[in-house]
Amino acid sequence: MTTECTNRELLIYTISRLLDGVEHVAVGMSSPMPAAGAMLLRALNKKQGLGDVQVSILGSVRHNSFTSGSEELFDCAAQGRIGAFFLGGGQIDGKGNVNLVGAGGYPNSPVRWPGSYGSAYLYFLVPRVILFREEHSPRVLVDQVDFISAPGATEDGVYRRGGPHALLTNAAMFSFQRDTGRFRLESVHPGRSAADIREMTGFSFDNDRCEVETPGPDAEILALMRGQIRSELAETYPQFAASLPEAA
Amino acid sequence: MTEFVSPEAMADMIPSGVKLGLAPDGSGSCPAMIRFLIERGIRDLHVVCAPIGGMQVDMLIGAGAVSVLETSAVSLGEAGGAPCFGRAIRNGEIRMLDATCPAVFAGLSAAEKGVPFMPIRGIIGSDVLKNHPNWKVTTNPFDESEKIVVVSAIQPDITLIHAPEADRFGNVRLGRRREVMLLAHASKKTFVTVERISETSLLDDEKLAAGVLPAMYVSAVAEYKGAAWPTGLYAEYEVDAGEVENYARAARTPEGFLAYITGTRSAA
Repeated sequence: MTTECTNRELLIYTISRLLDGVEHVAVGMSSPMPAAGAMLLRALNKKQGLGDVQVSILGSVRHNSFTSGSEELFDCAAQGRIGAFFLGGGQIDGKGNVNLVGAGGYPNSPVRWPGSYGSAYLYFLVPRVILFREEHSPRVLVDQVDFISAPGATEDGVYRRGGPHALLTNAAMFSFQRDTGRFRLESVHPGRSAADIREMTGFSFDNDRCEVETPGPDAEILALMRGQIRSELAETYPQFAASLPEAA
Repeated sequence: MTEFVSPEAMADMIPSGVKLGLAPDGSGSCPAMIRFLIERGIRDLHVVCAPIGGMQVDMLIGAGAVSVLETSAVSLGEAGGAPCFGRAIRNGEIRMLDATCPAVFAGLSAAEKGVPFMPIRGIIGSDVLKNHPNWKVTTNPFDESEKIVVVSAIQPDITLIHAPEADRFGNVRLGRRREVMLLAHASKKTFVTVERISETSLLDDEKLAAGVLPAMYVSAVAEYKGAAWPTGLYAEYEVDAGEVENYARAARTPEGFLAYITGTRSAA
């Protein structure tokens, strides 16, 4: 049974479902939603007596145990010690390519974003990369990215054990099918229809008449999110935690 | 031998035209020294960010001091995009070497080990690879069916960092920020400003020694308390988010940037 929750809470809960079974999740310093999803998975696993989940927040001294500098994350990923990671993107296309560099031409991009960070590498090595971008619009979800920071698919003869697993926005959730190199609409968030999603997406995708609604958390999980998870988040992301609903 | 100098004298030791290694904001960044360099009219730098840049890099770009920028990203974090960087890209004022974080580390590791290149996973099929002149795809010599990227060594002429502490012998405590250690190992010279100077050797304490950059890598040390303001220094002081936001606002126009850079110079 689903209880009334905010869109952000729905996304956090959905992230925790996408992370199911992962033992070590790495999240960026400025990614409070993925961190919240990972913390929720950790708490839920603990409640059910399942394995411990390690959450490494990059750039945080307190919430990661790396002692070999920021290169240790990349070494860990290459060895298969990171199960899941998140990527955003100024543009994401229907083939799972991610653009973190800029739009409208390169190198003198009229619209320039910060840069590729570790994406060109981690996308190959982390088994479950979750593409997370709240804005769901044709300008973000494009047919073809203007610059490939990290490619969705790779030719034969190149080592690749990781890649896109799912794409989550504030309107829908897609899975990525590695055999066809295409996204498949898995569920639509409450208040939206498959027709809305087709309208809002700049690329074609499979199962585009999907009628599944993205499930929200039950009352018990929602209480956990509004209590324990909210306090855990406040240690690293005080402003974000304050923006979430509090336990009654 | 490590020289002990004033911050101003250290700035005088960094000439135009060098390949300059810098740490990310908050991880050894030194915006106060960057201001000295800008005041001295430094030009034509090839800046290597290990592996990303922030406010201090944006200030150098805004001042017209950068000709080549080698980085995996430039961002002001919570304060948003780096305004001078975006402007310089649009106007074609800097030559951009877009990278990806672990490839910068691989290039620095090659320099550290004195080998010409380092292999690295991933990257193949990206436009980052297509546009990078110093990366190539090669065949794994041990398995001819596999293609792999090699990145050429990155050796900065000078690395400029801020650290919590040095001792009188020139040893510098970096703690767990090993990427700064890597950057220093890879560079021909490393100049360090520090919050404080210890009279006893940092290498005497076994608990500290593994996190210490030995003096043989350190060309000069200057005591300069608060030199990481407003970007912050790990385990010492937090970023001054309000000040970085002030900068982000001011630097939206070249005139605003100029007014900012000639204005207040420290928190005090």
